[in-house]
Amino acid sequence: MIDNPVLRIIAKIIIPMILLFALYVQFHGDFGPGGGFQAGVIFAAGFILYGLVFGTESLRSAVPPAVLRLLIAVGLALFAGVGVITMLAGSDYLAYNALSEDPIAGQHLGILVVEFGVGVTVSAVMITIFLAFAGRNDP
Amino acid sequence: MTIAGLYNYWIVILLMMTGFYVVISSGNLVKKIIGLNLFQASVFILYISIGKIANGHVPILQDGVSHYSNPLPHVLILTAIVVGVSTTALGLALVVRIRESYGSVEEEEIHRQDESL
Amino acid sequence: MINGQLPALQVVVPLIAAALCLVLSRPGAAWLITFAASVVSMLVSLLMLEEVLQSGVIDYAFGGWAAPFGIAYRVDIVNAYVLMIVSTISTVVSVFARVSVASEIETHNQGFFYTAWLLCLTGLLGIAITGDAFNLFVFLEISSLSSYVLIAMGSDRRALTAAYQYLIMGTIGATFILIGVGLLYALTGTLNMLDLAARLPEVADSRTARTGFAFLTVGLGLKIALFPLHLWLPNAYAYAPSAVSAFLAATATKVAVYVLLRFVFSVFGVEFALGAMPLALGLAVLGSIAVLSASTVAIFQQNLKRMLAYSSVAQVGYLALGVSLATPAGLTATLLHLFNHALMKGALFVALGCIAWRIGSSRLEDFAGLGYRMPWTMGVFVVGGLSLIGIPLTAGFISKWYLVLAALDKGWWPVTVVIIAGSLLAVIYIWRVVESAYLADPPAQTAKAEAPASMLIPAWLLAIANLYFGSHTDLSVGIAARAAAGLFGAAP
Repeated sequence: MIDNPVLRIIAKIIIPMILLFALYVQFHGDFGPGGGFQAGVIFAAGFILYGLVFGTESLRSAVPPAVLRLLIAVGLALFAGVGVITMLAGSDYLAYNALSEDPIAGQHLGILVVEFGVGVTVSAVMITIFLAFAGRNDP
Repeated sequence: MTIAGLYNYWIVILLMMTGFYVVISSGNLVKKIIGLNLFQASVFILYISIGKIANGHVPILQDGVSHYSNPLPHVLILTAIVVGVSTTALGLALVVRIRESYGSVEEEEIHRQDESL
Repeated sequence: MINGQLPALQVVVPLIAAALCLVLSRPGAAWLITFAASVVSMLVSLLMLEEVLQSGVIDYAFGGWAAPFGIAYRVDIVNAYVLMIVSTISTVVSVFARVSVASEIETHNQGFFYTAWLLCLTGLLGIAITGDAFNLFVFLEISSLSSYVLIAMGSDRRALTAAYQYLIMGTIGATFILIGVGLLYALTGTLNMLDLAARLPEVADSRTARTGFAFLTVGLGLKIALFPLHLWLPNAYAYAPSAVSAFLAATATKVAVYVLLRFVFSVFGVEFALGAMPLALGLAVLGSIAVLSASTVAIFQQNLKRMLAYSSVAQVGYLALGVSLATPAGLTATLLHLFNHALMKGALFVALGCIAWRIGSSRLEDFAGLGYRMPWTMGVFVVGGLSLIGIPLTAGFISKWYLVLAALDKGWWPVTVVIIAGSLLAVIYIWRVVESAYLADPPAQTAKAEAPASMLIPAWLLAIANLYFGSHTDLSVGIAARAAAGLFGAAP
């Protein structure tokens, strides 16, 4: 498929836009519709398109499975970590108010980090699933 | 409300029964998963229908709007969709493995092979 | 400070451990993390049980959002009791798992295996602790999805089809539960169980409430493996890795039974669930059929893991019978059997795991002379078997005794007959194994070849627990009776 110039050029143009849109959905989730789940899936869609056009081998060298596995764990750890920090700060689990002097700033910070963690895990999981299926018969 | 006014609930029932029927009747493991997806999708529509409020606005705070749709069912269904995607991925992964070790995705063929063991 | 955070830690510790396990995928490290997380969960659950017994219900609001708005955890005696069962079994079985898993699962998959184990533990603990109906569904799916993975890791290829079958039926069950929860939400506008319990009585006489109740009970019936919705269970337990059979048999259906109790007694209330709806009759009839038919089928199994799996279906029947009596005594018997059955099935499956590790089979014809080759392991099997039958001085006797008393108290003598018939059938299927292991002509090779200590110690711990709780009933009966009284009393 890599020989087809139309696919290759369109993919190269469109992939950065997909990733940018994913970041927008991720970080605008505080103010409008959006959030980690959606952003993670869109972000992964960019990589999956790359894998479809340039082959799973190239995708695997861009994001090695070991890195993906690490990212899954890191995202989860971010989420759980915020909760643990609020607990250490003497408040309940995921009570963002404890993250900052100002409760509103605390809420902002908390939801931002948690959603980022969700986004990282979701996109890593989606790419892993794609590689597990599409790359099943790779040598 | 008339019967036609509840059309979304009729769609829910139709999808639910279709999906359930496919899961039960089909002997093809992939088709069963497709049926399962339909079945789950019907529940998503059920929840989203519950969230609708007459004349309700998009649930983002705005000036001059007093009625908002209920966002909670949407959030719940977002979670349920994630669960559904995971289930589908896991189910298909199992089908791939079954196909590799049995050489078939037809239930009858698999049962035939297991009995001969 | 730490005491107030116990409910969150109960779920968060195994969850973080699962993430760690995924990164450190070396088998030894992954096992150590699993074991450590199980021990911590067990300590947390024991501390909570003690606190609940001393000073009543623990409330915990996630994110500082108070109960009806945020997700709230609410630990009363029943929750704490189930949490204690799940985390203790996970601890004991994970000790056994190290050697067993090393021999049954390829090295590069062991990290994933323990990750799935921890996620399953997270899910089961989450189900048992949460006070939010939708959160319960999410945890249910976490535990189910990871248990499909665990089962599919069995070495036989039939493990794959068993896991697939379980996935299809389990997802249908979970979706039914989701529909039920959705209908309740549509009716009351709340997902918090305490809130639901307060608002449901006003609207109980509506078709939506009855439909929601029906969906919930059928969905839970699938998860519990209540006859005739048990078809996924025998294959799933028979072909799963030994450690997984032991873990799931002792915990998964128990947690599902807990959910049924929670919805029937706390959310809907006894009058509605067992009075206005014909659930009591349904559970009594299906429970009786389960006890008789599954015990009979168990007699004809050649694969002993499958035999024990059918016996599990029969035990679910006893649990259902206890609920159907709709009396505090019946409920006490059910809760007691929840604990005792976890002990005996844990012991039996762990013993079978030791045997499978040594002789590579769990088929009856390979058991000849095993009583002399593996005396300690077979000792565990015999103790577990006696407990399963319900011989006096074993844990199984206590719960059956309470069940029979409760049934007689209510005047349901046919139920008593069913219970005793079920025990007699259990005598037959356990005796087949004992006969083969001790009386059949042993094969030429009869040198002693025991399982290693790391497998025998957990097996004997479970066996000794069966004997201990058969003669010292104060603790188990006391907690079960208080929990039953709590469920019958006010809302959750």
